[in-house]
Amino acid sequence: MSEAVPALSGAKGIDWALAESPIAGNLRQFVRDGAALAATATVAAFVLLALLAPLVAPHDPAEGDLLRRLQPPAWMSGGEWAYPLGCDALGRDVLSRMIYGTRVSILVGVLVIFFAAVIGTLAGLAAGYLRGPVDIVISRLVDILLGFPYLIFAIGLMAMMGPGLSNIVLALAYKEWVLPCRVVRAETLAARETEYVEAARALGASRVHIMLREILPNILSPVLVVATFRMAHVIIVEASLSFLGLGVQPPTASWGSMVADGRQFLLEAWWVSTFPGLAILALVLAINVASQGLRDAFDPRLQS
Amino acid sequence: MTVAAPLLRARNLVKHFDLRHGLARLVQPQHGHVVRAVDDVELEIRRGETLGLIGESGSGKSTLGRLAIRLLDADAGEVRFDGTDLLRLEPAELVRLRRRMQIIFQDPYASLNPRRTVEDIVGLGLRIHERSAAPSTRDRVVDMLERVGLSAAHLHRYPHQFSGGQRQRIGIARALVLRPDFVVCDEPVSALDVSIQAQIIALLNELKRDFGLTYLFISHDLSVVAHLADRIAVMYLGRIVETGPASRLIEAPAHPYTQALFAAVPRIDAGGERPPRLQGDMPSALDPPAGCRFHTRCPHAGERCRRVEPAPIEVAAGHTAACHLHGDGV
Amino acid sequence: MSALPAHDALLSLRGLTTVFPTRHGEVRAADGVDLDVRPGECLGVVGESGSGKTVTFLSVLDLVRRPGRIEAGTIVFDGRDLRRLPPEALRAIRGRDIAMTMQDALTALNPAFTVGAQIAEVLEAHGRATGRSALDRAVQLLEQVGVPDPARRVGVYPHQLSGGLRQRAMIAAALACQPRLLIADEPTTALDVTIQAQVLDLIADMRQRLGMSVVLITHDLGIVAERCDRVVVMYAGQVVESGPTRQVIGAPAHPYTAGLLASMPRLNQTRAAIRPIEGQIPDPARLPPGCRFEPRCPRRRSECLQPVPMRDIVRAERAFGARAVRCVLAGAAP
Repeated sequence: MSEAVPALSGAKGIDWALAESPIAGNLRQFVRDGAALAATATVAAFVLLALLAPLVAPHDPAEGDLLRRLQPPAWMSGGEWAYPLGCDALGRDVLSRMIYGTRVSILVGVLVIFFAAVIGTLAGLAAGYLRGPVDIVISRLVDILLGFPYLIFAIGLMAMMGPGLSNIVLALAYKEWVLPCRVVRAETLAARETEYVEAARALGASRVHIMLREILPNILSPVLVVATFRMAHVIIVEASLSFLGLGVQPPTASWGSMVADGRQFLLEAWWVSTFPGLAILALVLAINVASQGLRDAFDPRLQS
Repeated sequence: MTVAAPLLRARNLVKHFDLRHGLARLVQPQHGHVVRAVDDVELEIRRGETLGLIGESGSGKSTLGRLAIRLLDADAGEVRFDGTDLLRLEPAELVRLRRRMQIIFQDPYASLNPRRTVEDIVGLGLRIHERSAAPSTRDRVVDMLERVGLSAAHLHRYPHQFSGGQRQRIGIARALVLRPDFVVCDEPVSALDVSIQAQIIALLNELKRDFGLTYLFISHDLSVVAHLADRIAVMYLGRIVETGPASRLIEAPAHPYTQALFAAVPRIDAGGERPPRLQGDMPSALDPPAGCRFHTRCPHAGERCRRVEPAPIEVAAGHTAACHLHGDGV
Repeated sequence: MSALPAHDALLSLRGLTTVFPTRHGEVRAADGVDLDVRPGECLGVVGESGSGKTVTFLSVLDLVRRPGRIEAGTIVFDGRDLRRLPPEALRAIRGRDIAMTMQDALTALNPAFTVGAQIAEVLEAHGRATGRSALDRAVQLLEQVGVPDPARRVGVYPHQLSGGLRQRAMIAAALACQPRLLIADEPTTALDVTIQAQVLDLIADMRQRLGMSVVLITHDLGIVAERCDRVVVMYAGQVVESGPTRQVIGAPAHPYTAGLLASMPRLNQTRAAIRPIEGQIPDPARLPPGCRFEPRCPRRRSECLQPVPMRDIVRAERAFGARAVRCVLAGAAP
């Protein structure tokens, strides 16, 4: 028992003047984490691919050549290097469709997480700082939304609103904000009791000032961590909706719908489903590893 | 000291913290679930004096300090600051009055926002109360920093780049930049090393003299309070048990609790007989003893103490103690 | 102080150096610490944050957290150099012959086990008792350290006790095997003054009853004055002054000791001015090259820019009466 001891003497401690902001220290920690850095590079590569899709895609993703129907990848017999990953049932280039599909996944992921983070953070701040009826309304809403299984909730909404990219973003953001909201509310509850918040109140600062200028900067890192971590999940749900035909509509390419398109030919033309499936796997894995690295770097409780 | 009108006067001040939540308040008894942090307290602070408020943890002294400037809302009672009833003020009027009453905190780490620069922290009061142009705000922040022993070179640094003593100086600058009349000092030196503690005490004394401040100085450290205070109030379990001029209270403490408290302080130049040690812990504020709250630990406790709560009795000019020993006996 | 371990000391440290690697270079948290603990005495170790007082005694028990490590020095306990002992032998000494209590009993006690189980564990680890009899012994120990209603308290968890009772329970665990040396690290810093007096009384009482030596690590010179036979003053990782308490406090030889005394507010001299020591405690990664107190010292001179060794100013026949100080002014007229 007596072995649980502090590393250096004195609880008061001394901190040595280092000319850096708190965030810079977190970032340095992050950069030292090799796996997280590699994962971030992978995510960046996907983002770049999405941005530059028209430049890098060798073919038009929507234009098919029925003569190349289910043409195999280049290294198999019957394949050719102009269509490196082969063609689908309509003779469209799988690689080009995947590159354009990156746009859908990343756009949905970024937009949903952006709206969710903004709404969730504001709601969480209000609930955690104002307490009372505001807190009760927001917290109960969060509890109710958390009670619905995610995919079923999204399917229901999509069925009501009809398919389409903007409807996907809406359907996912409807529920996604609850997680940042819960995190922010918990952090705000802790922050509102701190002496620096008390000091701001003693100076006569308004509630808006305290929420946005005093508390918010201190809870941004957990929000960032939750947001990146959830982005992977949102991308999977978008792929699932598109797989079910509730997502973006043909001929727009999306990884989920590509997997769905290819599943009838899985035995004779495995490449149609497999490559988009691998893309989902790679992007989701990379985001998860990167967010893990962010959490390690930003969560002070994990730091020695 | 000349007798001046009190700057702050609190009467029958009560603050209870209910540990029951929501509907539990309807079904659970109040007894045992409500912390009686401040329970019917009278307090008077004269303009220009330092009133030392001492007590152990759980005595309610920090709560009382926050009630005094309405950082917490009292459940009952009255707080008059320079004649104005704080508890009846409209929010906007209260904000305006905040520039006249400030607070300095104990923890030099928790009391500064880690994501804001020194300029933001110290300048906050000016930005709230004076819609003046940025350059003059900065000048006044620098001026204040220099008064507390820091400089313009520190404006853009973050709190974690400072030592505990320097952080406490930043906290003092934040509280004093608006030139308040009244400052609650809530254990401002308790977290500091001895050599740094002395620097901050000296600084607080100097600023008090230069700015004509009135302090409510809250501390558990009797030596520090004895050094700073003109008058001392002693708190035990939500009540003030003794008040009096500092020198008199130290030389001739009237309440058995105060006597025990002073006797327990380790001294460098030990000497003379000391009263016996207090036994046991302070009872819980959830369930304070009936009668005199100190009777469970008091060496003099008698039958009356267990039944009747003693009222403050004047034992000398300006020196009162709430103890039956000085009244009708125990 | 001689470079050799004192023969008649229970614990004798010579040149103990413990370092912590940090981003800003290696920090020597304890730097060449020499000190002796005599059988049965109470030694006060005084210093502020970063003085190395806690690290020194964590080093004695080899409890320094990685990546910190003991770099040099000898730690002789009862004639054996602890640094040369195999880990099992050291583990047997720890808790049985030398016990340490921590400043914060709430974090030092394991929240998942009852107080009794944690005391019993110490007894069992050293083969003093097992099972039921270990728990019975735990009740006795709690009673000995003045925990009221020990038969019930043995079954409660640390968070259910008040701060004072927790500190008592930790002392009970430390005393379970009747150690010959108790190291009490800031035993009362987290406690109220009336409770502090009770706990210090308890430690003094147990020292007398068990005939053990006590090292009292504290920042409060008042506690040292009242409770300790001898005192060692530390600053920035080094011992700067040592000697019998009355002499050191009555006539401090090091300007730092004098400064500490002058900066303490005192109850009985309320209006006497306190004189703070100017400046900051130095950053341990960037220590001054010479005397470490030089930048803050009111009496500094050019020689102070060179490293200053410990010098005996009173050499007693046996090391214990001796006074030593790390100051070029030692012996010179002020």
